[in-house]
Amino acid sequence: MTFDERLQNVAIIGAAGKMGSGIALLLAQEMARLKNKPENKDKNYRLYLIDINLDHLAGLQQYLRTQLVKAGEKACVLLRQMYKDREDLVENQDCINQYVEDALSFIRTGTDLSIVKDSRVIFEAVLEKKDLKVDLLKKMDNLCGKDTLYLTNTSSIPINILNKEANLNGRISGFHFYNPPTVQKLAELIFADNTVQELRDFSMELAKRLSKKIVPSNDIAGFVGNGHFLRDGLYGLREATKLAKDYSLPGGLYIINKISQDLLIRPMGIFQLIDYVGVDVFQSISETVAGYIQGEDLEDDLLKKMYDKKILGGQRSDGSQKDGFLKYDKNRPVGVYDIDKGEYKLFDPQGWSGELDKKLGEYPVGFYAWRNLVADLKKNDKLKTFFQNLKSSNTLGAKLALAYLKNSKEIGEKLVKIGVAKTAEDVNNVLLNGFYHLYGPINDYI
Amino acid sequence: MTKFRKKVYLAAGYNTISFGSGRKEFNPKKARPGIEQYITEAGRGSIAQISDPKNIDEGVISNFMAARFCKQGNLAGFIPEIDPALEYKPSTRVEGACGSGGLALVTSMKTVLSDLADTVLTLGVEVQNTVKAIYGADILAGAGHYASERKEGHAYFFPAKFSDRAGVYYQKFGYEPTRKGMALWYEQMIKNARKNPKAQEYQNSIEDLFGAGMTPPNPKAFVENLNIYDCSKVSDGASALIFASEEGLKKLGIDKKDAIEVVGYGQCEANLTKQPEDPTRLLTTQKAAEKAYQMTGLGPKDIGLLEVHDCFTITGILALEAAGFAKYGEGAALVESGKTRIDGEIPTNPGGGLIGFGHYVGGTGVRQAVDCIHELTGKANGYQVKINSNRPYALMISMGGNDKTVTAMIFKKAE
Ligand SMILES: NC(=O)c1ccc[n+]([C@@H]2O[C@H](COP(=O)([O-])OP(=O)(O)OC[C@H]3O[C@@H](n4cnc5c(N)ncnc54)[C@H](O)[C@@H]3O)[C@@H](O)[C@H]2O)c1
Repeated sequence: MTFDERLQNVAIIGAAGKMGSGIALLLAQEMARLKNKPENKDKNYRLYLIDINLDHLAGLQQYLRTQLVKAGEKACVLLRQMYKDREDLVENQDCINQYVEDALSFIRTGTDLSIVKDSRVIFEAVLEKKDLKVDLLKKMDNLCGKDTLYLTNTSSIPINILNKEANLNGRISGFHFYNPPTVQKLAELIFADNTVQELRDFSMELAKRLSKKIVPSNDIAGFVGNGHFLRDGLYGLREATKLAKDYSLPGGLYIINKISQDLLIRPMGIFQLIDYVGVDVFQSISETVAGYIQGEDLEDDLLKKMYDKKILGGQRSDGSQKDGFLKYDKNRPVGVYDIDKGEYKLFDPQGWSGELDKKLGEYPVGFYAWRNLVADLKKNDKLKTFFQNLKSSNTLGAKLALAYLKNSKEIGEKLVKIGVAKTAEDVNNVLLNGFYHLYGPINDYI
Repeated sequence: MTKFRKKVYLAAGYNTISFGSGRKEFNPKKARPGIEQYITEAGRGSIAQISDPKNIDEGVISNFMAARFCKQGNLAGFIPEIDPALEYKPSTRVEGACGSGGLALVTSMKTVLSDLADTVLTLGVEVQNTVKAIYGADILAGAGHYASERKEGHAYFFPAKFSDRAGVYYQKFGYEPTRKGMALWYEQMIKNARKNPKAQEYQNSIEDLFGAGMTPPNPKAFVENLNIYDCSKVSDGASALIFASEEGLKKLGIDKKDAIEVVGYGQCEANLTKQPEDPTRLLTTQKAAEKAYQMTGLGPKDIGLLEVHDCFTITGILALEAAGFAKYGEGAALVESGKTRIDGEIPTNPGGGLIGFGHYVGGTGVRQAVDCIHELTGKANGYQVKINSNRPYALMISMGGNDKTVTAMIFKKAE
């Protein structure tokens, strides 16, 4: 079957989740493009979106409509070409409306798994639980033909394990989108030892069609992206716990979150990122990877405690950030969780958090916030100067930041050494394209 | 050679801020003033400079597409809202796409010349930020010929029209020098705008303006031959001024030193259903400028202040050629020479032009005349030009659509 034929009938399981909904949008766009090719005029297209959560499914439809409008607005130059033979579509508005209708017309949502039976490709994006994934894969394999291909979005479970336990004979690959799938440029591709060639080709072609940067990862739990993120986050948690002796735990969390954003010139501090991904997701990555990798402590008590207390972060259906390690107002951190008291301690620039800022010391000359460098053509020079100054600075903040950077670099090197990533460049590409970092962890700055 | 049978003056100019992206206080998600607020702000700004609004005889208002941008027609009905003294006075709305403001000027002028009015309050307005730019492009495309051009046209209809002109011009006169001239035009306009607190680009803080202007075009997302810096922005705003006879100035208590005089004009309309004969020239603009020169016996060498319709940087360059300031094919070189800078020999668009000040489409022609009043009477503050006594005249050109509706006017300080 050709790539285009496969894309005529697609299903997504867990489609109302964070990742599933983004994948749904990307596929709907690509399928709408195919459907509008003259040679495909008489073909039927179907995109089945399955989820067990009815409320979220309703929200998903609204989300897709809004996002398709936005996508149509952005791609209007191309839409006008696509509809050039439709005499009734004259204005941009006409073309955008038609595009949204075209895409929505082949989408079916539902809770019943059996509607996927004719799908030729199925994307799996349910919770990060191995048994759940295996169970669903098995069920679907019983419903569908034996040439259906499966792409899982797992961020940590080895594909070989899913393949074996669900008995798929190599009809599965890891197609790891990053959050949010519509924005992050990265597709991390992971194949099981016997993943069939057609699926390998399909995965590569899909990544290309969706304009994703492909980074291959070997099939080792956590892969490259979460291999780095997990260890980077655990390092942050442990550093914060160490600092708790002098500055209390909320103080330690505040400090590490701040330096990991500001002095590392990253888009978010490490605890804000964990909240964004979801404390529960992070915990399950930790648990999964720890289960497959021996000789390395990949779990953390504080993380478990947060998970047990159900302080989970993640986003509401409108996209706003829920409280986790940090408390948020309009998606900006305004406080930090005090696990002993079970409440949030609000930032106080005139009081405790201002005091900590002073302890961290002045930022070195040449400091820029991430958002001010992200579009700067000379950012590499500016980063170089800044990191040089950081190295010669003697403040507490600079010391913590340098240690953090060193650790991040070591993680990167380790991923190459233990064979998760093929090259240092692959590691860097993952952080650049999947995490919005301005520089790769394996660099000469440090 | 026609002459005016009496003198006609302009005074009491007022521009609102040109509002839209670029202004720090602009947030597309927040509520903004509506079209009536802009009209009343500009109108009141103008009549605050006269003794008594009851001495205003008529009103003229120009606008392009409020019916689509704001779902509002019958705009002349907002003139009495400016001041109760204007209730029941004759008022007229005029439209000629981006050249609407020019039409408001000539209509007001002719009304004074007709002897039916001694004073006319002239306004121009557009509020465009009510829709996203991609839908605004549909609305603005109404300045072309919908039936023969829209379906074939580009998503960004007008940028593409001038992009096509730029493409042919590049071929004829070379890509590099033209591109450079366009980037320099951008740089000059933004530098001017930074001196004008009402300009949309007043707070522009790009360090390397020329570099930004040289950004290669991206046809996938936008048009073939222009980048976003080549384009004037989407703007909300209004301008107002007063036309008056000798008698009218007295009635309104306006001192001659605060007024300018129209010494001549040229008005041309080209067939909307036809494509431009030669994409590398603005032939209608050229005709209108020639008419104004003929009527006054003046020429480019007499002009010490130029206000042209630079909806795109390339249009600015083509206008310099059409109005006789540069030979055909040498517009970019004129920009490069520095002569069009605010301190140059022919200061051009000192308030920032459409690229730097902004382009509230149906109001732009009136805005250009307001700037001429401010410059010639020494009230332009930060963007004041030193008017060369050998070149005491100002020329403004208002252009609508793809060089279809053009008004040129020549002014001098009133004596
Ligand atoms: N969140 C991230 O940053 C991120 C990034 C990359 C990959 N991932 C991976 O993507 C997958 C999904 O993660 P997420 O963050 O979108 O989670 P999520 O909780 O937002 O979404 C999971 C969805 O699956 C649905 N679901 C649960 N059981 C189901 C069942 N039996 N049948 C159908 N639907 C079911 C849920 O209702 C929910 O809508 C996980 O494997 C995760 O590791 C997540």
